[in-house]
Amino acid sequence: MFSSAASADQQRTTLPDEHGHFGRFGGRFMPEALIAPLDELERAWREAKQDPTFVNELDRMFREYANLPSPLYEASRLSERVGARVLLKREDLNHTGAHKIRNVLGQALLTRRMGKRRVIAETGAGQHGVASATACAYLDLECVVYMGEVDTERQALNVARMKMLGATVIPVTTGSRTLKDAINEALRDWVSTVDDTHYLLGTAAGAHPFPEIVRDLTRGIGDEARAQVHELTGALPDAAAACVGGGSNAIGLFTAFLEDADVRLYGFEAGGDGFDTGRHAATITAGDVGVLHGTRSYLLQDEDGQTIESHSISAGLDYPGVGPEHAYLAETGRVSYEPVTDDEAMAAFDLLCKTEGIIPAIESAHAVAGALRIVPTLTAELGRTPTILVNLSGRGDKDAHTAATYFGLLSEEDA
Amino acid sequence: MTALSDTLARVRAEGRPALVGYLPTGFPDKQTAIDAMVAMVEGGVDIVEVGLPYSDPVMDGPTIQKAADAALRAGFRVADVFDTVEAVAATGAPTLVMTYWNPVERMGVDGFAARLAAAGGAGLITPDLIPDEASEWIESSTTHGLDRVFLVAPSSTDERIAMTAQASSGFLYATSVMGVTGSRTATSSAAPTLVGRVKQVSDIPVGVGLGVSNGDQAAEVGAFADAVIVGSALVARLLEAGSDTTAGIASVRALAEDLRAGVERARTAPDQTSADKGALA
Repeated sequence: MFSSAASADQQRTTLPDEHGHFGRFGGRFMPEALIAPLDELERAWREAKQDPTFVNELDRMFREYANLPSPLYEASRLSERVGARVLLKREDLNHTGAHKIRNVLGQALLTRRMGKRRVIAETGAGQHGVASATACAYLDLECVVYMGEVDTERQALNVARMKMLGATVIPVTTGSRTLKDAINEALRDWVSTVDDTHYLLGTAAGAHPFPEIVRDLTRGIGDEARAQVHELTGALPDAAAACVGGGSNAIGLFTAFLEDADVRLYGFEAGGDGFDTGRHAATITAGDVGVLHGTRSYLLQDEDGQTIESHSISAGLDYPGVGPEHAYLAETGRVSYEPVTDDEAMAAFDLLCKTEGIIPAIESAHAVAGALRIVPTLTAELGRTPTILVNLSGRGDKDAHTAATYFGLLSEEDA
Repeated sequence: MTALSDTLARVRAEGRPALVGYLPTGFPDKQTAIDAMVAMVEGGVDIVEVGLPYSDPVMDGPTIQKAADAALRAGFRVADVFDTVEAVAATGAPTLVMTYWNPVERMGVDGFAARLAAAGGAGLITPDLIPDEASEWIESSTTHGLDRVFLVAPSSTDERIAMTAQASSGFLYATSVMGVTGSRTATSSAAPTLVGRVKQVSDIPVGVGLGVSNGDQAAEVGAFADAVIVGSALVARLLEAGSDTTAGIASVRALAEDLRAGVERARTAPDQTSADKGALA
């Protein structure tokens, strides 16, 4: 829930610093025109999260509308199979099928609080677009979603979903016509409409204060799970794992555990076809430090600093940048970031389907795959069966076609 | 005094605003871009902004995006910028590079600054770098004698305007509207107010950009700005000409002449326009 996050946040000093930096990462690399609006957003957010009226209202929305807190589920058959006690944080059971509902409800409520009536959002495969359209329908806000033209063609069903929910979808025809260009176009819209429009950024990246806002809104994942694991097992988990694209579900999981030195934290990036192919989205493990979309972090770039397109079977991880707090947590060594290839993720996807009757989002399958990989090391280190908390960030309905194609389950005319 | 400040002072002494023209490096190809920039100077541009094509130009509208995309597809490399600056600076016009921040950081801020200075460049215009994040650039630009042109916008607070003016040298770039680059049919009503706000806290020259596309608009903006900045309209001339690069260059030169005539009449009463224009030409 949100209230636990709001109170936890007051008890300790957290990054970012007053300039929006996480160590040498983060900050604001933005046109000056957007700096005052970003300052206003920062003020509005910090006031809102201290205001009991806002906190209670968001908690009510989380509870009544989004089906939160999400349950913790002991995956017994999977555990037996892999030799670890695997606990799944079931964000896949949330309304709209992923952790993203936390972020969009929070930012949509903030939009209303700021007296704005219009929301713009970017989307890759359409998940954040659908979530934003949902929150805007629920809170009576106008919603405009920018989506790369390549993605609107690949994800026609999600375009239809957004339209059903009353949103306007604008195909982006510039640049590579994918997620990063959708973000560019949303920023171009925002710079001329900022008086009445909120940019509902979908991940814990972008210019300050976005990484902070998105983390605050998603950290309920870890706060809830920490208490749930403790109640179930009488202890904290030995490790917690999440997939990392931009990094919103991962930062949401990790934040609660950052000061628990005995809890190992793992972020699994999209290794795509593998490093040697150059076709991946493993920003931290294979990228370099640079500036993209308003923040300094790791990114995939060529030797001239031009952004390189990322590749992953999972649309939600297919982004050439990553949130700045993850860059910081990687540099300080608090979190280990490792790549998981498409094939590894799909093997874990299959295993979870067959052992637990849960079809995960392919994004979340990366977290499951990574968690299984660390079992032997962890077991050796601890000298006992480890307990691993995995954030099952979303459900796989949206990926049915991709997965069916991958596993060769479609007849030729269906595929 | 830097070459940029010298030029601004000289133009001010002539009783008119400076004309600043933008074209991207490498569009439609490296040499044509250089020829077009030189033609722009011959047509009357006082100061040149050399654009550095970047994959994610969030402050640019469709025209400049299109040209930058084409330059990147044609194989533009960041090192091409220094050759271009060298060729254009040889005309005697102060030559600034306008660039998003990542390509500079990728090369290394000090290395980029050293190469720019060696090529005869005057400095950088940085649309996505605010002084708050610029400590490294401020240090390197000082070391290498380069000017720092930061931006202010109608949304900037008075405090930020004062801070940004303080951090800038050469001139301060005032974006006339809340929006991206591109030609507009009417000049902005927010621009005179913004320039006035700068003037209250600083005596740095103020250049106004975004939306100026012809001589009449240049005259309007030049009535209150120290420099009139034109980008998309010039780029559009090259885009329209397509593969006929000779025509494109001629068209850029013609627009530069029109814009120059515009800034020449910017500070004179309408009834004296023709006489003064003759005297200054």
